[in-house]
Amino acid sequence: MIDKRVGSPAAAVADIRDGATVMIGGFGEAGSPIELIHALIDRGARGLTVISNNTGSGRVGLAALIAAGRVARVVCSYPRTANSTVFPALYRSGGIALELVPQGTLAERIRAGGAGIPAFFTPSGVGTVLAEGKEVREFGGRRYVLEHALRADFALVRADRADAYGNLTFSKTARNFGPIMCMAAACAVVQARDVGDPGHIDPEAVVTPGVFVRRVVQVARPAQESRLVREGAVYP
Amino acid sequence: MAAADIPDGSYVNLGIGIPELVARSVPAGRQLIFHTENGLLGVGPPPAEGNEDPELINAGKKPVTAIPGAAYFHHADSFAMIRGGHIDVCVLGAMQVSETGDLANWSTGEPDAIPAVGGAMDLVAGVKTILVLTEHTTRDGEPKLLRTCTFPLTGVGVVSRVYTNLAVADATPRGFVARALAPGLSLADVQRWTGAPLADGRSTTGRAP
Repeated sequence: MIDKRVGSPAAAVADIRDGATVMIGGFGEAGSPIELIHALIDRGARGLTVISNNTGSGRVGLAALIAAGRVARVVCSYPRTANSTVFPALYRSGGIALELVPQGTLAERIRAGGAGIPAFFTPSGVGTVLAEGKEVREFGGRRYVLEHALRADFALVRADRADAYGNLTFSKTARNFGPIMCMAAACAVVQARDVGDPGHIDPEAVVTPGVFVRRVVQVARPAQESRLVREGAVYP
Repeated sequence: MAAADIPDGSYVNLGIGIPELVARSVPAGRQLIFHTENGLLGVGPPPAEGNEDPELINAGKKPVTAIPGAAYFHHADSFAMIRGGHIDVCVLGAMQVSETGDLANWSTGEPDAIPAVGGAMDLVAGVKTILVLTEHTTRDGEPKLLRTCTFPLTGVGVVSRVYTNLAVADATPRGFVARALAPGLSLADVQRWTGAPLADGRSTTGRAP
């Protein structure tokens, strides 16, 4: 019997070990799996590589994971946002490594990782410092840079609805990196607002098919990151 | 003026900041569909106060609405639209633009700066027409239109046209060509604030073609 539902965020992240590579969904707070991130802080794994578009804001969610000293390296397109102070301070002090990637290249590297494509040529970044040291090849008179796929041990993703087989739907622009991160991780862990039995989601409406998802945990009322930041909340 | 130059029916991506004003200036009778790279085609106006949805935002992470007929999609599809040439026009801000269309808009290259690039490099590499909307000079009065950029590049030879508070100019293989000037300014006036030669390409009506 396939049933990917687990009882709590803590149980969903219980085997994330030191040194793991973890993709974390979200574009700013939209789609950020804040309860799973907080469970990962509680879990205590260190030396993580985090692949995420941003680096969080305030002292909750992803920013709190970084502030707790658990992250050795981030792969990211835009590591500063409004209210983002934790990462900039740590980066300036040399306490965290950064691999900066153009956002579309980040997305395609993740998609490729999930689709069994080890590397690809893209026009993005050609002639810039972000292409330095990388192979450049000409196709049809235009230059492209070689970029390598990204894979992860775990993905932490927030969805809207899920079923026991791991089929997912998302909410508006909170979809962002969720579907492709589920594809690219050996173990995709999803928190969803609404979780049900098989048949809970119309097959025509499924955005991420369950084969890409390992675990689903219901978080019916996720915390809103921007509200926590406004209130000055600090996790833990 | 930039809005008036974008053809009816175009799919348009607007950068953060001044370019967002383009959405408010679309001429009557013309329809543009706005794309935001975080996964929405059919961006509508900002929501009324109190109706903000933290899961419905633009690339600048500001609350937006979705028009009837809008579509949501994930990041790989969004950048396939961009890189695959499906988006017609992108309007971006700039720190510097070179006379041949190189763009620098993501980093001053200072050693203590936190580098952050976002989707700018993908947009300039993939979108068919790149328009730049910016002040003509920096806050300190330094020209932003230059022979060559001194800041790290976003893309090489990507900018088609620059709209500033002083002029509209095309970046071409032969350098900047002025297409229109702000009212009351001469070409010599604008040249004084420009860091590269500015050829006169104004049509007889003085309007951008």
